[in-house]
Amino acid sequence: MKHIGTLLGATALCAASSLSAAELEVTHWWTSGGEAAAVAEFAKAFNATGNKWVDGAIAGGGGTARPIMISRITGGDPMAATQFNHGRQAEELVEAGLMRDLTDIANAEGWADIVHPSSLLDSCTLDGHIYCVPVNIHSWQWLWLSNKAFADAGVAVPTSWDEFVAAAPALEAKGIIPLAMGQQSWQSSGAFNVLMVSLAGADLFLKVYGDHDADVAAGAEVARVFAAADDARKMAANSSVQDWNQATNLVITGKAGGQIMGDWAQGEFQVAGQVAGTDYTCLPGLGVNEIISTGGDAFYFPVLADEEQTAAQGELASLMLKPEVQVNFNLKKGSLPVRGDIDLSAANDCMKKGLEILAAGNVIPDPNQLMSPDSLGQINDLFVEFFNDASITAADAQARFAEIVGNAD
Amino acid sequence: MISATAAASPATRAPLEGPRGPKPRTRFSRRNIFIYGTLGLVALYYALPLYVMIVTSLKGMPEIRLGNVFAPPVEITFEPWVKAWSTACTGLNCDGLSRGFWNSVRILIPSVVLSIAIASVNGYALANWRFRGADLFFTILIVGAFIPYQVMIYPIVIILREMGLYGSLTGLVLVHSVFGMPILTLLFRNYFTSIPEELFKAARVDGAGFWGIYFRIMLPMSLPIFVVAMILQVTGIWNDFLFGVIYTKPDLYPMTVQLNNIVNSVQGVKEYNVNMAATLLTGLVPLAIYFVSGKLFVRGIAAGAVKG
Amino acid sequence: MAANARPIRLLRNLNAKIAAVPMILTALVVFVGGSMWTVIYSFTGSKLLPKKLLKWDELFAIPVPEWIAKDGALNFDIPVGIVSRSFVGLDQYERLWASNRWIISIENLAIYGACSLVLSFVIGFVLAALLDQKIRFENTFRTIILYPFALSFIVTGLVWQWILNPEFGIQSIVRGMGFVGFTFDPLYNQDIVIYGILIAGLWQGTGLIMCLMLAGLRGIDEDIWKAARVDGIPMWKTYLFIVIPMMRPVFITTLVIIASGIVRVYDLVVAQTSGGPGISSEVPAKYVYDYMFQNQNLGQGFAASTMMLLAVAVVIIPWAYLEFGGRKRG
Repeated sequence: MKHIGTLLGATALCAASSLSAAELEVTHWWTSGGEAAAVAEFAKAFNATGNKWVDGAIAGGGGTARPIMISRITGGDPMAATQFNHGRQAEELVEAGLMRDLTDIANAEGWADIVHPSSLLDSCTLDGHIYCVPVNIHSWQWLWLSNKAFADAGVAVPTSWDEFVAAAPALEAKGIIPLAMGQQSWQSSGAFNVLMVSLAGADLFLKVYGDHDADVAAGAEVARVFAAADDARKMAANSSVQDWNQATNLVITGKAGGQIMGDWAQGEFQVAGQVAGTDYTCLPGLGVNEIISTGGDAFYFPVLADEEQTAAQGELASLMLKPEVQVNFNLKKGSLPVRGDIDLSAANDCMKKGLEILAAGNVIPDPNQLMSPDSLGQINDLFVEFFNDASITAADAQARFAEIVGNAD
Repeated sequence: MISATAAASPATRAPLEGPRGPKPRTRFSRRNIFIYGTLGLVALYYALPLYVMIVTSLKGMPEIRLGNVFAPPVEITFEPWVKAWSTACTGLNCDGLSRGFWNSVRILIPSVVLSIAIASVNGYALANWRFRGADLFFTILIVGAFIPYQVMIYPIVIILREMGLYGSLTGLVLVHSVFGMPILTLLFRNYFTSIPEELFKAARVDGAGFWGIYFRIMLPMSLPIFVVAMILQVTGIWNDFLFGVIYTKPDLYPMTVQLNNIVNSVQGVKEYNVNMAATLLTGLVPLAIYFVSGKLFVRGIAAGAVKG
Repeated sequence: MAANARPIRLLRNLNAKIAAVPMILTALVVFVGGSMWTVIYSFTGSKLLPKKLLKWDELFAIPVPEWIAKDGALNFDIPVGIVSRSFVGLDQYERLWASNRWIISIENLAIYGACSLVLSFVIGFVLAALLDQKIRFENTFRTIILYPFALSFIVTGLVWQWILNPEFGIQSIVRGMGFVGFTFDPLYNQDIVIYGILIAGLWQGTGLIMCLMLAGLRGIDEDIWKAARVDGIPMWKTYLFIVIPMMRPVFITTLVIIASGIVRVYDLVVAQTSGGPGISSEVPAKYVYDYMFQNQNLGQGFAASTMMLLAVAVVIIPWAYLEFGGRKRG
């Protein structure tokens, strides 16, 4: 019965639309509640075109999902579309000719004009050809503060990083962990990068991550960032949680004063029924330099033999950038849309701050767009060690950091 | 079985009934207190995590956030179990573990049968029909047991692609058989080596060949080792995530893919009660097999304890 | 000793060889082939995909047989455009041994390995000996001790992560009983985190070891026990000097199972600590996997796995050959 129903439905849709229906398997690692709801928006919009979205979600984040995706693609049995982060993760698959060239679609639909900031499309471009569709922007540079924790400690909610550091002793006196921090390596290096952008500015960040300038990385300005990281390390000394959302939960419950984490943390506050401004405070750029990075996710389309599927791939690609799809998807995901020309009035206060910064053009690329996963992995290793081992001095860590930056590709 | 019973002289049945150590005289001898005391403590250590899992899976989330892990549930709820089985989502597919259950069965049965069949014949050939070069291959095989699976992902993608089996159930079954082979072969080889020489010689004199001896003499006497091999393989294959997800397609994904999703959901709130329920549900098949095979194990040992 | 009367050698060998074909194929194609492939690519700068080696004889300065040199099954078919001089010599190895994380991984593996090996044997054997005392409820005890083996490492790690969590696990319970100064947080202490992982590993694995030992003990002839009792040899001496030497084959099997599990330890660490705090519970298999897939540096991952293979080869091959080859079974 079910099959007949599907068949009838499919036939009806076929008749309705001029295009033939195809089933496309789409792999991604969006499996939490909000993420899945966001993907469902894509699926809904795609199914409405008469095609069928076959969901291939793999949980556990990119580390678990990527080997599976890469194996499938190189094993000669690719999915029809797959998620990667913005940046260089899929570079070699593109170079190997395994990914479909979307340039025709992009030109026909004028992606170059609508995608904002344009660096997102640059990350999808190799030798002048476009190979992926950016779908959202996630930024890292946020400090999330628990209003309750500061009220308990009897100090005002800080408005900048320095005030936060100054308030740490008062928090500790009340048994509150000043800074919540998970143990995973990407969280440590992420927090450091936020400190760098926010305290030392975008130019320095671009010199280090963009130009791989080892002298700058070993210089005095970065030394200041390392000193701040040392403060952060002391403030996070009692934070013994693993996952980032457990750390966020410490902030939500007032057991910790604050957390440096990307805008995805907002979803946790929302789930817990907290309201921005009254229950928690968000400081973009740590309240110092209001700059956000434009990381995020993009979809790639492996080369397929089947013509119908190839046509459907094109439909899916153009659909992902449609204004209403962008709005629906990003509201659910808690991320910012990749086009600047759409209305996002339903967004909450923190998200609006992000939109303003984006509109003002105070953006930097994400490290994923600037360095290879290999170099970033080494940086992750360094900072997770630094943040968890108080015996490593800031100077030692900086020397190692400069070396990695110098050798980076 | 018939030949096993025939081969087992009355004396060989003794191990089942006969005492191992000195016969216990009194119920509360110091020795008994020591043995049961130790085993009781050990059992406590082994059972504690199971207790934690069961208790947690029956609690609601608010209770979990407040209470400690060992406290029994104040209000028992089966909702986590229902959710884990039928409504937990993997991406857009919200049908819980039930989605992958039959796939897991479809993967498990041929993989276990094939890997044990191959390994037992291999072990038999190595133990009783040694041929030139066998030791070399066997040594390589044992070394293979030490290679981390992750290292082999790419070479196997290539091999399967070249064989045209990439993405198929057959390919996955082969992969499981290959990785089960080293230890299973060792297990069978050692077991068959310990079977008395005389039985083998007698069968040879009677004119039995390679397969004849295997099916009529060796197989019936090897129940305990088949049970151990089955325990190993059922557990390994049922709990496998990596191979299942890398070498097949979504419509063949085993249950562990959903378990992984439920347990590893990186973003969002961790539902510990659903995690534990999913864990227990996934573990039910191996646990049931252990329970059933536990009895077989003892019977098998009785039948297999023929020693020269 | 086995079948050393060899009347029809050729036919018998033929049968056994046919039966051993799967083993031979596995050994040669998967284990030798796969390992060679890994070793070769560890000398390349492969990132996400293995880079095709165009001129093998150039790279190794030795002539290479035609069947390898041509684009065979050993190579990925990547368009020639992106491949060039991918050979980087020993660079990957230099980087590997300069890496703090790799050194810590090896130290952890050594500690975990030594403890796990000794404790698995001792606990497994003692439990098996206790169960072998003709006790009541043997089935119950055996099932309780064996059941953790039914659970995957991911699950084992999760549960123990919970029980060892200082906030709501053992530590908080003991503190709740009045011992306020009690500290037990192995997973959050850099110095002892590997022992926290060991606790979970032993919990999961010793049941199987016990079963193997029990099977071995049951294989011991009843007459030996009788003879020992008649001679008035104490039980512990009987175990130590008579029974244990007789269980040699079982011990060998057990040894291989435990040791291969140790070398491959990965999931347990990921589930319990993800290598933390810091990098204090990293293990080599995790290094390999992370570099291959997370950092997309296949060359580095292959170099690490080559070192693992090499270590295994140095220790295992001579031993395995002495044990299984060379001489007749015994």
